[in-house]
Amino acid sequence: MQTELPQADARTLSAPTEPGAEERAFQTRFETGIAASIKIEPKDWMPDAYRRTLIRQISQHAHSEIVGQLPEANWITRAPSLKRKAILLAKVQDEAGHGLYLYSAAETLGISRDQMVRDLLSGKAKYSSIFNYPTLTWADVGAIGWLVDGAAIINQIPLCRCSYGPYARAMVRICKEESFHQRQGFEIMMVLSSGTPRQKAMAQDALDRWWWPSLMMFGPPDAESANSAQSMRWGIKLFSNDELRQRFVDQTVSQAEYLGLRVPDPDLRWNGERGQYDFGAIDWNEFRNVIKGNGPCNRERMRVRTQAHEDGAWFREALERHAAKLAQRNEGTAAPRAAQGAP
Amino acid sequence: MNDWPLWEVFIRSQHGLAHRHVGSLHAPDAGMAMNNARDVYTRRNEGTSIWVVRSSEIVASNPGDKDALFDPASSKVYRHPTFYPMPEEVKHI
Repeated sequence: MQTELPQADARTLSAPTEPGAEERAFQTRFETGIAASIKIEPKDWMPDAYRRTLIRQISQHAHSEIVGQLPEANWITRAPSLKRKAILLAKVQDEAGHGLYLYSAAETLGISRDQMVRDLLSGKAKYSSIFNYPTLTWADVGAIGWLVDGAAIINQIPLCRCSYGPYARAMVRICKEESFHQRQGFEIMMVLSSGTPRQKAMAQDALDRWWWPSLMMFGPPDAESANSAQSMRWGIKLFSNDELRQRFVDQTVSQAEYLGLRVPDPDLRWNGERGQYDFGAIDWNEFRNVIKGNGPCNRERMRVRTQAHEDGAWFREALERHAAKLAQRNEGTAAPRAAQGAP
Repeated sequence: MNDWPLWEVFIRSQHGLAHRHVGSLHAPDAGMAMNNARDVYTRRNEGTSIWVVRSSEIVASNPGDKDALFDPASSKVYRHPTFYPMPEEVKHI
């Protein structure tokens, strides 16, 4: 789940100061025409603002994966069949994995895992606003896979080519797995929308509730995204919020038509001149309000996440004790070695 | 998980290639690192063998030494077979 929060870059870029020689050299690397292939690696010199922007963006992304497990986990015990339950379990497990890949990538920039976990639980760090909406019916699980993971893929594919090596590599792994998420969601929607009238109504209701929040996932309009330009110059961001949002609409409308469902936007129509869909205005007040903590489930999500962290404390402690005991027992004897010797 | 050590994970894919770095994770000991590596990095049959290595045990080259380390090789083009043009009529070489 990639997310674009209004704060994503906002506070990272302080008033421009005279760049030093190192900073100019850094920027030149992007401007010499090899921007597509350049990768900044953890031990390379980088401007503080580049580092801070990435820490914020990658950790928010990681938190979104972790919190993103919650709306769907809500349905694991109530999945309509054993097959659906197994699929949903696998998907939610993937989300945990994605969170771990991303936390590791963020750590290469010098922030500790513990710090990131603390920032999430204290509310200091943000995660995608989409996960503050409730999953009321089984169709919501389908809509999340189809729309939310669909939007995430559109956001994430360009990030596989972003300038920071560890982030780009994590994104490659994530994108490979994300496609399953979207397809299983669309399949749920296909089954429901070709089912009984009640099932089809359930699918429509889910689309009605998830459509607009999905469009908001791409972040505020370009005109209000003041620091996008800097992120683009640094190769952290390759397309603007509005470009990606448009891409999502253009791809998704025909999928909704295939399902026989109606996109809940009276202003949606094909613009032959542009070769793209025109669509209605997004309620950015709702978006800002959810980000501020007043969405339908913000408090619930943090309560559950904190509870899970606290419930796991005894287990983490037991693992530590066990590790300490093992270390004591093995003192002086070498750890088991790789059998084949050198790689 | 207070300061659990960081481990680098290497996986040998099914095609018999060398173990390849796939990412890292935190774990309190080698056994848990192995368990976690299996759960985090091989959910889709990615591998047939896993190595986990404490990150602190890895010695990495310094980005600043890149030129000194790798530049000398770039002038030695004669190390590549394409340096030697072969006549059309000579086959299997």
